[in-house]
Amino acid sequence: MITIKNLHASIDGKEILKGLNLEVKAGEVHAIMGPNGAGKSTLASVLAGREEYEITEGSVDFDGQDLLELSTEDRAREGLFLAFQYPIEIPGVSNVNFLRTSLNEIRDYKGEEQISAKDFMALVREKSALVELDAKLASRSVNEGFSGGEKKRNEIFQMAMLNPKLSILDETDSGLDIDALRIVANGVNKLKTAENATIVITHYQRLLDYIVPDVVHVLYNGKIVKSGPKELALELEEKGYDWIKAEVDAQ
Amino acid sequence: MNELIQESKVVSFVEHLPKTMLPFNNDLLSKASDVLKSIDFPTTRSEAWKYTRVGRIASISTGNQVAREGKNLSREDINSSYQVSKAGLTFVFENGVFRSDLSSGEFPVGATIKPLTGCDKEELSIVGKSLQLDNEVFHAMNTAHAVDGMYISINDKTVIDAPIQLIHLITGKNTISNLRNFIQIGKFAKAEIMQSYFALDAETSLTNVITEVNVAENAHLTINKLQYEAEGNYHIATEQVDQAKDSTFTINTMTLDGTLVRNNLNIEVNGVNCMTNLHGAYVLKSNQHVDNHTIVDHKQPHCESNELYKGVMDEKSTGVFNGKVFVRKDAQKINAFQSNGNVLLSDDATVDSKPELEIYADDVKCSHGSTTGQLDEEAVFYLRARGISEKSARHLMVAAFIGDVLSKIENDEFRDFTHTLLQERFGWEF
Repeated sequence: MITIKNLHASIDGKEILKGLNLEVKAGEVHAIMGPNGAGKSTLASVLAGREEYEITEGSVDFDGQDLLELSTEDRAREGLFLAFQYPIEIPGVSNVNFLRTSLNEIRDYKGEEQISAKDFMALVREKSALVELDAKLASRSVNEGFSGGEKKRNEIFQMAMLNPKLSILDETDSGLDIDALRIVANGVNKLKTAENATIVITHYQRLLDYIVPDVVHVLYNGKIVKSGPKELALELEEKGYDWIKAEVDAQ
Repeated sequence: MNELIQESKVVSFVEHLPKTMLPFNNDLLSKASDVLKSIDFPTTRSEAWKYTRVGRIASISTGNQVAREGKNLSREDINSSYQVSKAGLTFVFENGVFRSDLSSGEFPVGATIKPLTGCDKEELSIVGKSLQLDNEVFHAMNTAHAVDGMYISINDKTVIDAPIQLIHLITGKNTISNLRNFIQIGKFAKAEIMQSYFALDAETSLTNVITEVNVAENAHLTINKLQYEAEGNYHIATEQVDQAKDSTFTINTMTLDGTLVRNNLNIEVNGVNCMTNLHGAYVLKSNQHVDNHTIVDHKQPHCESNELYKGVMDEKSTGVFNGKVFVRKDAQKINAFQSNGNVLLSDDATVDSKPELEIYADDVKCSHGSTTGQLDEEAVFYLRARGISEKSARHLMVAAFIGDVLSKIENDEFRDFTHTLLQERFGWEF
């Protein structure tokens, strides 16, 4: 699905990613954990195409395409989805209008027909139920006045609507209470198929009780320094990151 | 006056304009003519014109103000391109001259609606009553040289359902159209008036329009105004409004084209328990300039006024918002809100925004605010990350920004027409 090789990225001349390698196959869930400042959110931003970051080295192959050559919108149209750590409020743009525009531009890109109003509304009803998002929120302005939990559920609702190949959840669990966390995780699990893949970026192990990863990676100092089965997350929860830092720094 | 003083530009500007043939009050006409002889065009040294330069208007060569053949147009042309609402009365003017051949619709019962040229001295005796002429070159010029305009008088307790549409077309080069409208809404009456302005192959032309409005006790009037004269033309408009007690006056001003557009709204709220709504949207590009100057004068208690103006400025366009609210000493319990927001789409666009409150009463609720900024780039990125092109993302956001004002328009046809023009001029989907 996605193959990241030796990725180097910097912002304002400061190198954040320093040779990151990662491969995620269809049907897999990968978790990326790591201490603050390791480069987790930078990785998400770079993959989504934020222009503030400069890619100095490396390659990203997304389902046979050179991801780094695509614009942000084309990455989304090709099936890459980023659930934002801090979803943006957009006053005046209704969630529904936004998603219909989004769906139709993606369809247009693929040479498919526009979705009918009827089918669209049916899809909204079906997918908002998935994350227990009040249908009223769908007609409100994007994220405006939403609680923290509603914003995150709205991200997963959008993910459900757009049906991406690869979803990157950037600290989707941060700030969620346990109920909201369960709802969000359930949504993600229900959307999982053998054809799509998910990268879960998180600071806490807690989310991984609900979204069970196939592989856990530790990102530290701009690189993946350790990968392992889901039990690695528990070990990190218990022992913190210092032992990994020590391990890496010793090398 | 010093005989040696250089002849003012005003005198040479108006000397080629035909004197008004309308039977206005003689004192009014001589006053207007005195004003024109004694003052010059305003400069940016005058506070009211600080950000709007009328030098380009002053230098229009007015020498060839000959009566022209009207443009060859049919009712179908009006219907397909300029008529907002298919229902109701439509009056068409070209360069200030009434075109009965293009006008259509059925006259409602309980109202007198006709061009000023069809009015007698008695009917027009009230014209100019509350309009200031001193120091107001455009008001004086309009009074002394008014070509025509509409006389609309709605009887007491009469509700006119369909909007009355006034379509003003400008054609030709260096044309000066002095238009004068008079609107009287009787007690407990209700009406909606649309005024739209278009240019057909016009260049360096000026529309100078004054609309005097009396809204009587418990009457309701909405004016929907659309300014779409092409680049290269100038437009100065004044609405002089007098509200009696328990009345509601609403004006929605859409400025979407024109090189220089100045809107003066002078609202005198002379009765208790009035509602005043002033809404405006302006979307401009290239070197266009819009200046919205509003005054709401609360002289009586228990009134509310709401003012919302929003602008989107691209390229080198410039905007001015100067909104002033007076709350006089005895006008207690006034709620007055004023808000102006601007989005600048380019580094070269500028806006001067000056909301002002002058309050002499002590038990009032007034607020004003002004914001000018760029589009939220984070939001643009967010939309793009959902597969929406950068262009659509910006349009979505601009539409949402302006949508705040458009949603205040109650007439769906007028709002749709505005959308259509935005689409036509800016290629935006809403």
